[in-house]
Amino acid sequence: MNEAYAIPAVAVVVLATVLIGGFGLRISRTTSDFYVASRTVGPRLNAAAISGEYLSAASFLGVAGLLLVHGPDMLWYPVGYTAGYLVLLVFVAAPLRRSGAYTLPDFAEGRLESREVRRVVSMFVVGAGWLYLVPQLQGAGLTLQILTGAPRWFGGALVAAVVILAVAAGGMRSITFVQAFQYWLKLTALLVPAFFLVLAWHGDGGSPPTFPSTDLPSAGVGAGQPLATSRADHPLYATYGLIVATFLGTMGLPHVVVRFYTSPNGRAARRTTVVVLALVGVFYLLPPLYGWLGRIYAPELTAAQDADATVLLLPGRMVDGVAGDLLGALVAGGAFAAFLSTASGLTMAVAGVVSQDVLPARGVRHFRLGVLLAMAVPLGGALLVDGVPVADAVGMAFAVSASSFCPLLVLGIWWRRLTPPGALAGLFLGGGSALLAVTLTVSGAATSGWLHTLLAWPAVWSVPVGFLAMILVSLATPDAIPTHTTATMTRLHLPETLWSGSLRPPGLQGRGELRDQPYTTRTHDEAQGPTARREHK
Amino acid sequence: MTGTVTATLLALCPLLLGAGFLLGRRTAHPDGRSDVGTPVERATFETLHTASLAAPALRAGLTEDTARKSARRLRTLLGTDALALTNRSAVLAWDGTAEQAHAKYVMEEVTPVLAAGRSVAFDCGCDAVDCPLRWAVAAPVVADGRVLGAVVAYAPRESAVLARAADEVARWVSVQLELAELDRSRTRLIEAEIKALRAQISPHFIFNSLAAIASFVRTDPERARELLLEFADFTRYSFRRHGEFTTLADELHSIDQYLALVRARFGDRLAVTLQIAPEVLPVTLPFLCLQPLVENAVKHGLEGAVTRSRISIRATDAGAEAEVVIEDDGVGMDPDALRAILRGEADGSTGIGLSNVDERLRQVFGDTYGLVIETEVGAGMKITVRIPKYRAGVYAP
Repeated sequence: MNEAYAIPAVAVVVLATVLIGGFGLRISRTTSDFYVASRTVGPRLNAAAISGEYLSAASFLGVAGLLLVHGPDMLWYPVGYTAGYLVLLVFVAAPLRRSGAYTLPDFAEGRLESREVRRVVSMFVVGAGWLYLVPQLQGAGLTLQILTGAPRWFGGALVAAVVILAVAAGGMRSITFVQAFQYWLKLTALLVPAFFLVLAWHGDGGSPPTFPSTDLPSAGVGAGQPLATSRADHPLYATYGLIVATFLGTMGLPHVVVRFYTSPNGRAARRTTVVVLALVGVFYLLPPLYGWLGRIYAPELTAAQDADATVLLLPGRMVDGVAGDLLGALVAGGAFAAFLSTASGLTMAVAGVVSQDVLPARGVRHFRLGVLLAMAVPLGGALLVDGVPVADAVGMAFAVSASSFCPLLVLGIWWRRLTPPGALAGLFLGGGSALLAVTLTVSGAATSGWLHTLLAWPAVWSVPVGFLAMILVSLATPDAIPTHTTATMTRLHLPETLWSGSLRPPGLQGRGELRDQPYTTRTHDEAQGPTARREHK
Repeated sequence: MTGTVTATLLALCPLLLGAGFLLGRRTAHPDGRSDVGTPVERATFETLHTASLAAPALRAGLTEDTARKSARRLRTLLGTDALALTNRSAVLAWDGTAEQAHAKYVMEEVTPVLAAGRSVAFDCGCDAVDCPLRWAVAAPVVADGRVLGAVVAYAPRESAVLARAADEVARWVSVQLELAELDRSRTRLIEAEIKALRAQISPHFIFNSLAAIASFVRTDPERARELLLEFADFTRYSFRRHGEFTTLADELHSIDQYLALVRARFGDRLAVTLQIAPEVLPVTLPFLCLQPLVENAVKHGLEGAVTRSRISIRATDAGAEAEVVIEDDGVGMDPDALRAILRGEADGSTGIGLSNVDERLRQVFGDTYGLVIETEVGAGMKITVRIPKYRAGVYAP
């Protein structure tokens, strides 16, 4: 890895992020191009932004590393990360948007009409957000160590500093554009080198890699990887744990939820999710390719603790000279984009919740304090915890999200009889037990046997526990069904165009995104004139 | 080793959160004392606390629901075996024992109370041997000089203390109901003001716009047609009847139409810059709460200025809030006069838009979300509006 190319690449990514974030707003000087300035975010742009925010270090580095070490079984990771959006699309996307909620606590308060549930949900959001932030910072540390030889903590601290400065200083004003840019950057950073690597592999004779039929000895993976043993012990259970966590956990990720607010209506939210599925699906074709090639060209990485570095090291190994360095620099830049986008999105989301719900009775703006708090704790965690594979650590955040937010969202949207006590019971029993299991796993309380496996992959049992607790306690407390449940459910499930019942004044949403509103509410013939005219501009 | 440290750290996270929460609470109410006071003081506190628990229900007016909620507290306050709350025609709530036996006679007994507006003590005349309710006192609930109902307190025997206490409680209930009435009239006033605002748009603006459009009819028929359509859209939005809330996108759209009509009159004298983060367009806000601010900026910008005037409208994303800034470089305003307007002390129609918007924002989102206005005579004006992205109960139609 050549520092002379990689460091400028990282610097360029950071600079571009900050610049787009600060100046990427659409400005119109005269009102005649008002429609340019105030067009709502279309599904494609929003989907790129969601994907950019979602594809984290776990996707960029972790998946290839896991595949390198454990073989094709690990393909369930990219599958799960993608399929989560399918569940989101079918059950959650449109009703969540129609609820008008910006964050998950908002949704809980709006649906269950209870401040207590809101407070508990915000605690879980903060917890899951922190769990998700730790591996991002660790990944940054690993990347910078490989690129420059800097100590591990430095990369995490750097990302934390950049994010705090950018977010707290109000530099992320056009977050949608930043995140959309990051998606395309990440895709390019994997796609272009992948092209050359496959060419190089073809030139070498094109022999397929071999994966040992039994898993590698766990000692070789490094003592700091607690999840490796359990996976070796009970591969089927571990796989199901992974599937449940990723399929159901995506809908509760705080930084994904807030992005749906940007969609103008429920229908657009659904279309956005479809595009996200496509974008994320395309992206996830690439990391397995790197893992696969890594098996041939860098098998020794399995023995060291640095399997996560496969993606970063491969271009230098396979392509000689300046070309390899340039490709390596591109990958490094993409990796940094992954940390920055996910970390800034998560920090924004967590800081929003912290400043609204955890620091009470202030009233004045203390978003900046929230940003500091949102970043400080995971940074501390990243410095203390070392050696959990990035993709596994993210998997734990998914497990917590799947056991707490998934029951809340799915039952909240589809079941009239959900009550605040039921929601609280489900959150505490499902989410709480998953959180506890994750904590015990990371601390190394049990290192082998079934107990360890159960704790390391909690989703299989904690998700049913969460659902059951919510359903049973709700059924036991029928008096506590919120007063306005019928009205709320109606709003969640009826298309917006039917809400008002009378003529809705044609707004921007009808004009900027005309295709999203097929049921035009204007009856007067002449009134169609300007609408059509605007479309041609 | 690091594992243990990590576990401790992770376990500490919720504790830290909780501690932060408590700390915030604590510092927010710095005069929370720890000493509990003398028995008399404690009794006073308890009474006041019980009363404060009953107050919120009553502040919503006297209905069956609120009566049921407050009767429980009022009975604790009086320490009686049973308590009934009535309106002028029926028993709204009965709290305590022996409802079956007594509730049906209550209206009979309180008729003189309702008629005279004075409290009456009466013997229950209960036949049951084990019934604890032998004697009762009914006190009228009076608001604005009208008898709205009665508080009936039951006791095993005659008691002057209870009679006095029931009187006081009835008076306290009366005050709460009067406050409820006040709340309602304030809401009505604001509704009336919104209506007035809608109506206020009409005369001058409509005449001027139509005149401006008329001037284009011969020279530029296409533009005249466009302007007429803008005019139709704008008035349709402003005069719409349903819904208290709208989205920022719709409100900005209406502002755009307004500005198009203004520019038809003033041409190049008005330069408008829009800078809008698309993330905040779905934000829900009170209907017609930005348009008056823009109108104000236009008025200030064009007033007395012969040169071009600039208006900028900026909507930015600020985490869980949206921030809208409307700025003009016009004549500005004397801050003291503005303060008077916002307090509602100014006479005439000047700035009624500003104070109305300010009041509605505070009412919907809370006092921390009022207008922030920076101005000085001759120095232009900058109005900042903060809108939370979500607030329970605030939905666009």
